[in-house]
Amino acid sequence: MNKVGIAGYGITPFTKEDNKIEKVLLDSAKEIFKNNDKIHQNEIDAVLVSTNNNSKYLSPILCELAGIQPKISHSIESLCNSGTNSIVSAYSYIASGLADLVLISGAERYDSPGQILQWDNSRGEFKHPIFWASIFAKSYKREYSISDEDLAVVSVKNHKHAQENPNALSKKTYSIKDVLESKKLTDDLRLLDCSRPCTGSASIILASEEKMKKISEEPVWISGIGQKTISAGFTKNISLSSMESSKHASQDAFRMAQKENKDVDVLEIHDAFSVCEPMALESLGFSKEGKGMDMISESYETNNFKINPRGGLIGSGHPLGATGIAQTIEITQQLQSNALKRQVDNASVGLVHNMSAAATSSTVLVLEK
Amino acid sequence: MIFEDTLQKGEFCIPECDNCQKIVWPPSEICSNCFGNVHLKKGDFMGKIIEFSREGEQFFCMVEFEKSIRIMAHILSVPEIGQRVKISNCGIKNGNYFFEVS
Repeated sequence: MNKVGIAGYGITPFTKEDNKIEKVLLDSAKEIFKNNDKIHQNEIDAVLVSTNNNSKYLSPILCELAGIQPKISHSIESLCNSGTNSIVSAYSYIASGLADLVLISGAERYDSPGQILQWDNSRGEFKHPIFWASIFAKSYKREYSISDEDLAVVSVKNHKHAQENPNALSKKTYSIKDVLESKKLTDDLRLLDCSRPCTGSASIILASEEKMKKISEEPVWISGIGQKTISAGFTKNISLSSMESSKHASQDAFRMAQKENKDVDVLEIHDAFSVCEPMALESLGFSKEGKGMDMISESYETNNFKINPRGGLIGSGHPLGATGIAQTIEITQQLQSNALKRQVDNASVGLVHNMSAAATSSTVLVLEK
Repeated sequence: MIFEDTLQKGEFCIPECDNCQKIVWPPSEICSNCFGNVHLKKGDFMGKIIEFSREGEQFFCMVEFEKSIRIMAHILSVPEIGQRVKISNCGIKNGNYFFEVS
């Protein structure tokens, strides 16, 4: 199997703008070519588009708009973890020898149809994500005696980190009191506990080891991949206070990378809602059960950007198809010592956690210098 | 019989495989375990409340039936974890299944 790394990236600000999806895609893809004169359109073997938008044939459309005629071009849709799914597909094309250079572009509009999984009738009338989020939050708080005040630190931290992320949707910091007094959606969920849908795009170039020598002096390698799908229906989760799919995915990723939790210097975790961050940390093996908030609070109090340095989904916004790619770009920048005021010292191993539909499926990536 | 036909008439049936007796949920005409045909089991099913929350004045809960299927339902009274409930009302509204337990 060929070694695969990240050779370049581009990202747009995440906003509430009403732009056509084709333009949104091109906006981040073009940055790669404009900023890197060693990456040429005529050398791209594959173009993968990550999105939940209903428009058809978006990959060939992006190819035409970007002047690329690749061998392989298609879209990938998997709700919120479309981005990392696309990265894994691209990795596979390179590792197998079918491609040497792959462009992955993820994009979404603020009104994405990917926000609600209509198929899952076990949810009855409760199909909006705030309902599964409330059930998870109630269950987690009940099981581990965690309060709303404890959980609010996730939102406070991630909005704070987002202020150092020039592309983040959030332009404001909040106190714990602000979070607890924000609009009440249910007994167990406030508005500031939620990530917000938005318009945005993120693109990345993956290259084989051979190709990388010609185009990048500071590659970041994908050393571990893990994925797992448990179900599509939310009510199939065995536990409502942990993420089984994420547990399986991280075990596989660490095994492949030959790394352990203690080796990871910086993480991007899928905080669709506040409760997801501690739940994920525990399921990924970074904290013991019920102790996720201890690790998060300690990071926040010591001004350590290790967990969700770019602000996670809560701080950055969540354009579904772009999120997994944006998380990967952040970790890449961290490992390249390019993360400005978000920089975690001496970062040499990073992890991306990206999940969909109430943790019914997850992808975990391990990245190294 | 199709699950949605009976649900539309206010009856909650549980889909079960003709061949391996596994309960198939969310409803499908084909068993996800052995791909056998699925029939609808009628009954006055007793469920258990697994978790709940509230939107405004309206409680909603996750209810488990036959130790294997779970649904999200309305409940008019204050719920308790482990509380035994039955389907008091069900149907299809605006394209979505709806369930109420008590």
